[in-house]
Amino acid sequence: MGVILDICRYLEATSISVGIRESTWTYPIIESVHVLSLTLFMGLLLLWDLRLLGVSMRGFAVSRIWARLFPWIGVGAVLMIASGLLLFWSDPVRFYGNVFFRIKFIGLVLALLNALAFHFGIERRLPDWDTALVPPRAARFAGGASLLLWTLIIVAGRFVAYNWFKPLV
Amino acid sequence: MMQLAFVWLEHSWLGIAVNESKWAFAALEAGHLLSLAMLGGAVLLVDLRILGWGLKEEPIRKLARAAQPWLIAGLAGMIVTGVPLLASLAGSKYYGNEAFRLKMYFLAAALLFTFTIRQRFALREGSPVGALQAKMIAVTSVLLWSGVGIMGRGIGFY
Repeated sequence: MGVILDICRYLEATSISVGIRESTWTYPIIESVHVLSLTLFMGLLLLWDLRLLGVSMRGFAVSRIWARLFPWIGVGAVLMIASGLLLFWSDPVRFYGNVFFRIKFIGLVLALLNALAFHFGIERRLPDWDTALVPPRAARFAGGASLLLWTLIIVAGRFVAYNWFKPLV
Repeated sequence: MMQLAFVWLEHSWLGIAVNESKWAFAALEAGHLLSLAMLGGAVLLVDLRILGWGLKEEPIRKLARAAQPWLIAGLAGMIVTGVPLLASLAGSKYYGNEAFRLKMYFLAAALLFTFTIRQRFALREGSPVGALQAKMIAVTSVLLWSGVGIMGRGIGFY
Protein backbone atom coordinates (compact mmCIF):
# COMPACT_ATOMS: atom_id res chain seq x y z
CA MET A 1 0.00 0.00 0.00
CA GLY A 2 2.85 2.35 -0.81
CA VAL A 3 0.56 4.66 -2.78
CA ILE A 4 -1.63 5.47 0.24
CA LEU A 5 1.44 6.14 2.35
CA ASP A 6 2.80 8.44 -0.37
CA ILE A 7 -0.47 10.35 -0.42
CA CYS A 8 -0.39 10.64 3.39
CA ARG A 9 3.17 11.93 3.28
CA TYR A 10 2.20 14.45 0.61
CA LEU A 11 -0.78 15.64 2.70
CA GLU A 12 1.38 15.91 5.78
CA ALA A 13 3.66 18.38 4.03
CA THR A 14 0.85 20.70 2.86
CA SER A 15 0.51 24.07 4.55
CA ILE A 16 -2.98 23.23 5.89
CA SER A 17 -1.66 20.14 7.65
CA VAL A 18 1.29 22.03 9.12
CA GLY A 19 -1.00 24.91 10.10
CA ILE A 20 -3.42 22.71 12.07
CA ARG A 21 -0.57 20.81 13.72
CA GLU A 22 1.33 23.87 14.81
CA SER A 23 -1.55 26.07 15.96
CA THR A 24 -2.47 25.95 19.64
CA TRP A 25 -6.21 26.29 19.20
CA THR A 26 -7.13 24.95 15.76
CA TYR A 27 -6.84 21.27 16.63
CA PRO A 28 -8.82 21.49 19.91
CA ILE A 29 -11.54 23.54 18.18
CA ILE A 30 -11.90 21.08 15.27
CA GLU A 31 -11.90 18.17 17.71
CA SER A 32 -14.63 19.84 19.80
CA VAL A 33 -16.75 20.31 16.69
CA HIS A 34 -16.20 16.62 15.88
CA VAL A 35 -17.31 15.54 19.36
CA LEU A 36 -20.26 17.91 19.71
CA SER A 37 -21.59 17.05 16.24
CA LEU A 38 -21.82 13.51 17.55
CA THR A 39 -24.95 14.55 19.46
CA LEU A 40 -26.66 15.76 16.29
CA PHE A 41 -25.51 12.97 14.00
CA MET A 42 -25.16 9.93 16.25
CA GLY A 43 -27.76 11.03 18.79
CA LEU A 44 -30.57 11.37 16.27
CA LEU A 45 -29.40 8.36 14.26
CA LEU A 46 -29.33 6.31 17.46
CA LEU A 47 -32.94 7.18 18.21
CA TRP A 48 -33.85 6.38 14.61
CA ASP A 49 -32.06 3.00 14.73
CA LEU A 50 -33.92 2.23 17.95
CA ARG A 51 -37.14 3.17 16.17
CA LEU A 52 -36.29 0.70 13.37
CA LEU A 53 -35.81 -1.92 16.08
CA GLY A 54 -39.27 -1.04 17.43
CA VAL A 55 -37.80 0.11 20.75
CA SER A 56 -38.04 3.91 20.70
CA MET A 57 -40.78 6.33 19.58
CA ARG A 58 -43.28 3.56 19.03
CA GLY A 59 -46.54 4.93 17.72
CA PHE A 60 -44.75 7.59 15.65
CA ALA A 61 -45.15 7.04 11.90
CA VAL A 62 -41.72 5.98 10.59
CA SER A 63 -42.06 7.58 7.16
CA ARG A 64 -42.77 10.98 8.73
CA ILE A 65 -40.07 10.71 11.40
CA TRP A 66 -37.49 9.79 8.79
CA ALA A 67 -38.48 12.66 6.50
CA ARG A 68 -38.04 15.10 9.41
CA LEU A 69 -34.95 13.59 11.02
CA PHE A 70 -32.96 12.95 7.86
CA PRO A 71 -32.02 16.60 7.15
CA TRP A 72 -30.68 17.02 10.70
CA ILE A 73 -28.79 13.75 10.63
CA GLY A 74 -27.43 14.95 7.27
CA VAL A 75 -26.25 18.26 8.77
CA GLY A 76 -24.61 16.28 11.57
CA ALA A 77 -22.94 13.97 9.03
CA VAL A 78 -21.54 16.92 7.06
CA LEU A 79 -20.08 18.41 10.27
CA MET A 80 -18.62 15.05 11.31
CA ILE A 81 -17.04 14.46 7.88
CA ALA A 82 -15.68 17.99 7.47
CA SER A 83 -14.13 18.10 10.96
CA GLY A 84 -12.97 14.49 10.65
CA LEU A 85 -11.18 15.12 7.35
CA LEU A 86 -9.40 18.14 8.85
CA LEU A 87 -8.32 16.08 11.87
CA PHE A 88 -6.99 13.40 9.54
CA TRP A 89 -5.27 15.99 7.39
CA SER A 90 -3.37 17.34 10.40
CA ASP A 91 -1.47 14.10 10.93
CA PRO A 92 -2.22 11.66 8.07
CA VAL A 93 0.77 9.34 8.41
CA ARG A 94 0.15 8.73 12.11
CA PHE A 95 -3.56 8.04 11.53
CA TYR A 96 -2.85 5.75 8.59
CA GLY A 97 -0.51 3.71 10.74
CA ASN A 98 -2.89 3.51 13.70
CA VAL A 99 -4.65 0.15 14.00
CA PHE A 100 -7.79 1.67 15.56
CA PHE A 101 -8.03 4.22 12.78
CA ARG A 102 -8.08 1.35 10.28
CA ILE A 103 -10.77 -0.44 12.27
CA LYS A 104 -12.77 2.80 12.34
CA PHE A 105 -12.35 3.18 8.58
CA ILE A 106 -13.58 -0.36 7.89
CA GLY A 107 -16.53 0.32 10.20
CA LEU A 108 -17.33 3.49 8.25
CA VAL A 109 -17.29 1.62 4.93
CA LEU A 110 -19.63 -1.04 6.33
CA ALA A 111 -21.93 1.62 7.83
CA LEU A 112 -22.06 3.35 4.45
CA LEU A 113 -23.01 0.08 2.74
CA ASN A 114 -25.71 -0.46 5.36
CA ALA A 115 -27.00 3.07 4.73
CA LEU A 116 -27.10 2.44 0.97
CA ALA A 117 -28.98 -0.83 1.48
CA PHE A 118 -31.43 1.08 3.69
CA HIS A 119 -31.84 3.81 1.10
CA PHE A 120 -32.54 1.51 -1.84
CA GLY A 121 -34.73 -0.92 0.05
CA ILE A 122 -36.22 -0.30 3.47
CA GLU A 123 -36.57 3.47 3.08
CA ARG A 124 -38.96 3.09 0.13
CA ARG A 125 -41.23 0.75 2.04
CA LEU A 126 -41.43 2.83 5.24
CA PRO A 127 -45.00 4.07 4.52
CA ASP A 128 -46.16 0.42 4.32
CA TRP A 129 -45.63 -0.17 8.05
CA ASP A 130 -45.74 3.33 9.54
CA THR A 131 -47.02 2.48 12.99
CA ALA A 132 -46.95 -1.33 12.92
CA LEU A 133 -46.23 -2.73 16.38
CA VAL A 134 -43.33 -4.86 15.15
CA PRO A 135 -41.15 -3.42 12.34
CA PRO A 136 -40.34 -5.77 9.42
CA ARG A 137 -37.33 -8.05 9.87
CA ALA A 138 -35.23 -6.15 7.31
CA ALA A 139 -35.81 -2.85 9.11
CA ARG A 140 -34.87 -4.36 12.46
CA PHE A 141 -31.75 -5.86 10.92
CA ALA A 142 -30.69 -2.53 9.37
CA GLY A 143 -31.30 -0.70 12.66
CA GLY A 144 -29.35 -3.27 14.68
CA ALA A 145 -26.47 -3.34 12.19
CA SER A 146 -26.28 0.45 12.22
CA LEU A 147 -26.21 0.55 16.03
CA LEU A 148 -23.43 -2.05 16.23
CA LEU A 149 -21.33 -0.46 13.48
CA TRP A 150 -21.57 3.06 14.87
CA THR A 151 -20.75 1.82 18.35
CA LEU A 152 -17.65 0.16 16.90
CA ILE A 153 -16.75 3.37 15.02
CA ILE A 154 -17.08 5.55 18.12
CA VAL A 155 -15.12 3.16 20.34
CA ALA A 156 -12.36 2.71 17.73
CA GLY A 157 -12.37 6.48 17.14
CA ARG A 158 -11.75 7.17 20.82
CA PHE A 159 -9.01 4.53 20.95
CA VAL A 160 -7.14 6.17 18.06
CA ALA A 161 -5.72 8.57 20.65
CA TYR A 162 -3.86 5.74 22.39
CA ASN A 163 -0.66 4.18 21.09
CA TRP A 164 -0.95 0.74 22.64
CA PHE A 165 0.26 -0.86 19.45
CA LYS A 166 3.24 -0.26 17.24
CA PRO A 167 2.35 1.94 14.22
CA LEU A 168 1.69 -0.12 11.10
CA VAL A 169 3.65 2.25 8.86
CA MET B 1 -12.04 20.23 52.31
CA MET B 2 -13.09 19.73 48.70
CA GLN B 3 -9.49 19.09 47.74
CA LEU B 4 -9.27 16.40 50.42
CA ALA B 5 -12.36 14.70 49.00
CA PHE B 6 -10.82 14.72 45.51
CA VAL B 7 -7.54 13.30 46.77
CA TRP B 8 -9.43 10.65 48.76
CA LEU B 9 -11.43 9.72 45.64
CA GLU B 10 -8.28 9.15 43.64
CA HIS B 11 -6.99 6.78 46.34
CA SER B 12 -10.31 4.97 46.74
CA TRP B 13 -10.72 1.48 45.31
CA LEU B 14 -12.48 2.99 42.27
CA GLY B 15 -9.66 5.38 41.40
CA ILE B 16 -7.06 2.68 41.97
CA ALA B 17 -8.95 0.14 39.87
CA VAL B 18 -9.12 2.48 36.86
CA ASN B 19 -5.47 3.44 37.20
CA GLU B 20 -4.26 -0.13 37.47
CA SER B 21 -5.95 -1.19 34.25
CA LYS B 22 -4.43 -0.44 30.88
CA TRP B 23 -7.78 -0.29 29.09
CA ALA B 24 -10.24 0.96 31.67
CA PHE B 25 -9.78 4.70 31.17
CA ALA B 26 -10.09 4.48 27.38
CA ALA B 27 -13.04 2.10 27.56
CA LEU B 28 -14.82 4.41 30.01
CA GLU B 29 -14.13 7.36 27.70
CA ALA B 30 -15.70 5.46 24.80
CA GLY B 31 -18.74 4.63 26.94
CA HIS B 32 -18.92 8.29 27.97
CA LEU B 33 -19.04 9.28 24.27
CA LEU B 34 -21.74 6.72 23.44
CA SER B 35 -23.83 8.01 26.35
CA LEU B 36 -23.22 11.55 25.15
CA ALA B 37 -24.74 10.64 21.81
CA MET B 38 -27.84 9.23 23.47
CA LEU B 39 -28.26 12.14 25.88
CA GLY B 40 -27.60 14.70 23.14
CA GLY B 41 -30.01 13.02 20.74
CA ALA B 42 -32.80 12.93 23.32
CA VAL B 43 -32.24 16.61 24.24
CA LEU B 44 -31.98 17.82 20.63
CA LEU B 45 -35.02 15.87 19.45
CA VAL B 46 -37.25 17.84 21.81
CA ASP B 47 -35.42 21.19 21.62
CA LEU B 48 -35.53 21.18 17.81
CA ARG B 49 -39.24 20.41 18.01
CA ILE B 50 -39.85 23.28 20.44
CA LEU B 51 -38.08 25.59 17.98
CA GLY B 52 -40.50 24.41 15.28
CA TRP B 53 -37.93 22.21 13.52
CA GLY B 54 -37.46 18.46 13.23
CA LEU B 55 -40.53 16.37 14.07
CA LYS B 56 -42.85 19.34 13.80
CA GLU B 57 -46.02 17.33 13.15
CA GLU B 58 -45.80 15.56 16.51
CA PRO B 59 -47.16 17.13 19.70
CA ILE B 60 -44.32 18.34 21.97
CA ARG B 61 -45.77 16.48 24.92
CA LYS B 62 -45.88 13.16 23.09
CA LEU B 63 -42.35 13.61 21.80
CA ALA B 64 -40.97 14.69 25.18
CA ARG B 65 -42.51 11.61 26.77
CA ALA B 66 -40.96 9.34 24.12
CA ALA B 67 -37.56 11.02 24.54
CA GLN B 68 -37.55 10.99 28.35
CA PRO B 69 -36.39 7.36 28.93
CA TRP B 70 -33.48 7.90 26.50
CA LEU B 71 -32.55 11.16 28.18
CA ILE B 72 -32.46 9.38 31.54
CA ALA B 73 -30.57 6.42 30.07
CA GLY B 74 -28.02 8.73 28.43
CA LEU B 75 -27.60 10.67 31.66
CA ALA B 76 -27.20 7.45 33.68
CA GLY B 77 -24.55 6.27 31.20
CA MET B 78 -22.72 9.59 31.48
CA ILE B 79 -22.64 9.35 35.28
CA VAL B 80 -21.75 5.66 35.46
CA THR B 81 -18.78 6.20 33.11
CA GLY B 82 -17.96 9.74 34.29
CA VAL B 83 -17.54 9.02 38.01
CA PRO B 84 -14.74 6.42 37.57
CA LEU B 85 -13.05 8.71 35.02
CA LEU B 86 -13.17 11.48 37.61
CA ALA B 87 -11.99 9.18 40.39
CA SER B 88 -8.89 8.05 38.51
CA LEU B 89 -7.40 11.56 38.34
CA ALA B 90 -9.52 13.45 40.88
CA GLY B 91 -6.76 14.90 43.03
CA SER B 92 -3.89 15.08 40.58
CA LYS B 93 -5.75 16.54 37.60
CA TYR B 94 -9.43 17.44 37.93
CA TYR B 95 -9.37 19.34 41.21
CA GLY B 96 -7.23 22.12 39.84
CA ASN B 97 -8.65 21.96 36.30
CA GLU B 98 -10.59 25.11 35.42
CA ALA B 99 -12.44 23.42 32.53
CA PHE B 100 -13.60 20.61 34.83
CA ARG B 101 -14.86 23.13 37.39
CA LEU B 102 -16.80 25.02 34.70
CA LYS B 103 -18.17 21.76 33.34
CA MET B 104 -19.62 20.93 36.77
CA TYR B 105 -21.24 24.38 37.01
CA PHE B 106 -22.75 23.97 33.55
CA LEU B 107 -23.88 20.45 34.44
CA ALA B 108 -25.62 21.60 37.62
CA ALA B 109 -27.37 24.39 35.71
CA ALA B 110 -28.32 22.10 32.80
CA LEU B 111 -29.76 19.42 35.10
CA LEU B 112 -31.70 21.95 37.16
CA PHE B 113 -33.08 23.65 34.06
CA THR B 114 -33.93 20.40 32.25
CA PHE B 115 -35.85 18.82 35.12
CA THR B 116 -37.70 21.94 36.20
CA ILE B 117 -38.51 24.66 33.65
CA ARG B 118 -37.93 22.65 30.45
CA GLN B 119 -39.70 19.53 31.67
CA ARG B 120 -42.68 21.46 32.97
CA PHE B 121 -42.97 23.21 29.62
CA ALA B 122 -42.49 20.12 27.44
CA LEU B 123 -44.90 17.88 29.30
CA ARG B 124 -47.66 20.47 29.64
CA GLU B 125 -50.79 20.09 27.56
CA GLY B 126 -50.96 22.51 24.65
CA SER B 127 -47.71 24.37 25.21
CA PRO B 128 -47.45 27.35 22.87
CA VAL B 129 -44.97 26.51 20.11
CA GLY B 130 -43.04 29.26 18.39
CA ALA B 131 -43.72 31.71 21.21
CA LEU B 132 -40.69 33.61 22.45
CA GLN B 133 -40.85 31.85 25.80
CA ALA B 134 -40.76 28.44 24.11
CA LYS B 135 -37.81 29.39 21.92
CA MET B 136 -35.88 30.72 24.89
CA ILE B 137 -36.38 27.45 26.75
CA ALA B 138 -35.03 25.39 23.83
CA VAL B 139 -32.10 27.73 23.19
CA THR B 140 -31.18 27.82 26.90
CA SER B 141 -31.26 24.03 27.03
CA VAL B 142 -28.98 23.67 23.99
CA LEU B 143 -26.57 26.32 25.29
CA LEU B 144 -26.32 24.82 28.79
CA TRP B 145 -25.70 21.29 27.51
CA SER B 146 -23.23 22.60 24.90
CA GLY B 147 -21.39 24.29 27.76
CA VAL B 148 -21.12 20.93 29.52
CA GLY B 149 -19.79 19.29 26.35
CA ILE B 150 -17.33 22.03 25.40
CA MET B 151 -15.89 22.24 28.91
CA GLY B 152 -15.73 18.45 29.02
CA ARG B 153 -13.65 18.42 25.86
CA GLY B 154 -11.64 21.31 27.30
CA ILE B 155 -10.50 19.28 30.33
CA GLY B 156 -8.04 17.40 28.15
CA PHE B 157 -6.53 20.57 26.72
CA TYR B 158 -6.35 22.62 29.90
